[in-house]
Amino acid sequence: MSAVSQYVHNIKNTVSTIFEGMAVTASHLMRKPYTVQYPDRMPVRVQDTLPFRYRGILEVDLEICTGCLACERACPIDCIVIVADKDQQTRQLLLSQFDIDIAKCMYCGLCSEACPTGAIHHTTEFEGADYSLESLIRRFVKDPVIAYKAKKGPETDPKLAPILARGMTYLEQWAPPGGEKPGGEEPA
Amino acid sequence: MQTLIQNLIASGAFGKNPPSGLVAAIVVFVMSLVVFLVVAIPFAGIVTWVERRVWARIQSRVGPNRVGPQGFLQWVADGVKNILKEDIVPDQADARLFKLAPYLVMLAFALPWAVVPFSSSLILADLNVGILYMTAVTALTVVGMLMAGWGSNDKWSLIGGVRSAAQIVSYEIPAGLSIFPVVLMTGTLSMQGIIRGQGWAPQHWFLFANPFTFVAANILYMSSLAEANRTPFDLPEADSELVAGFATEYSGWRYAIFFMAEWGNLFIVGAIITTLFLGGWQFPHVTNNLVAMNVLEVITFVVKVLFLVFVSMWIRATLPRVRIDQLMTACWKYFVPIAFVNMIGTAVWVAIWPDGNVATGYIMFAAAIVFGAVFIRRVIYYLRRSGMEVYLNPAI
Repeated sequence: MSAVSQYVHNIKNTVSTIFEGMAVTASHLMRKPYTVQYPDRMPVRVQDTLPFRYRGILEVDLEICTGCLACERACPIDCIVIVADKDQQTRQLLLSQFDIDIAKCMYCGLCSEACPTGAIHHTTEFEGADYSLESLIRRFVKDPVIAYKAKKGPETDPKLAPILARGMTYLEQWAPPGGEKPGGEEPA
Repeated sequence: MQTLIQNLIASGAFGKNPPSGLVAAIVVFVMSLVVFLVVAIPFAGIVTWVERRVWARIQSRVGPNRVGPQGFLQWVADGVKNILKEDIVPDQADARLFKLAPYLVMLAFALPWAVVPFSSSLILADLNVGILYMTAVTALTVVGMLMAGWGSNDKWSLIGGVRSAAQIVSYEIPAGLSIFPVVLMTGTLSMQGIIRGQGWAPQHWFLFANPFTFVAANILYMSSLAEANRTPFDLPEADSELVAGFATEYSGWRYAIFFMAEWGNLFIVGAIITTLFLGGWQFPHVTNNLVAMNVLEVITFVVKVLFLVFVSMWIRATLPRVRIDQLMTACWKYFVPIAFVNMIGTAVWVAIWPDGNVATGYIMFAAAIVFGAVFIRRVIYYLRRSGMEVYLNPAI
């Protein structure tokens, strides 16, 4: 290619590429920004847009907690402390302490996987910032409560039934797709 | 300006038979203060906010929108923050040069406002060498930047300062050569004289007077961007390689002055192009009321300038920074020869049609409309292809 035609070619290239580039950016100028203006300028709270299985801050439904200590044993960093004693008179399991240290929790989800009723589960809440480490310990037992006892057949108590149903749904959905399902058959 | 001074003397506001020189001095002093404090500095501030918003939207972001309505007061917050910061002079720096440099840059930003023709009677000084004065004082920036680069005693600053010197000195040449075609056509260097040589209608603008002036306008715009250190020619600052170039060691108020001058210069760039090629303040004569006419002219002028400022923001968001050798290649191998061709071409054109060729104006204006239509089609094509939601509201 001769020098002159190269020169003209360069000018033509410069003009045409700038023309296309300016058109692209002009089209971007008219698009809606991607930015999510968290936290105060949201149409809906972020928490409400997160999936059911989102691993946020842990929560316990004490009404359906059996006091089996499976979660305490499953926790790799010992952030769950449960005190469950047999009441000598009534022969019932009495929960007197159920603490989860959110400062230590690493959101692995092993506790909620181990729970037979889905009582301990992750929420979609994630805004846990606080001023001291002590206030990050979530204490779920105010007064000692009687542990839940699984019945044969479906739950009949109208107060407990929806909570248990939610817990079981949680457990079912917890299983990874295609993997081993609780109560299901072994994968091939 | 003259009529204003004469009217003031006639109205007796300064007593009977005041010395006209004194009145003129007071009026010019007050007017310069007004222009600088009410127009120049707030413009430089507000344009930073506008630029950040425009830039953000092009990158699918929101930009500053928290301070004041839609973040409008962001520039005040930034200014206050800069004033409150410590003014550090590095130990090894040449303190005198270091302290003086921002004020020279500021001076180069302040002086051009004297010849900015806002309307037919609103101009501080209609010098008969107006456009020459403009190019001369804007080139003063290079002294300040080189001084800042040298005085900082810092390798980044020095490289930034030297680059800025090389860049501004080089680009003065195509810029100067692109002014010649207009001067050839009007036979005057005065800003008002150049504007009066054009009409209010686009086909009477020098931009569309002949093909050479059209090219000259583009070269002048690009060269002015280079002189104002704007992307894609912001090599003296080049954040990714030179930290902040000549401004690396500056902090606080001196830093703010550098950047106020940089953004304020956008108005000057726009004003030069508007005056030379876009018909300046020319507005159809709709009323005999002098004040109303002047207001309309000021609006016309400012709208044209703001459009050019917007285009420079848009270019900044579009084009990546050029390399230093590409910068010099563009200047010396492309802009300078083409600017010479323009000059000779315009000289020949003026020799053939001393009063201009009316048909060319219409043809070129029509061509520009077609070009604009093609461009809008491309924009719509890209918008459709992206499949994204269209959101034209500037507020978010």
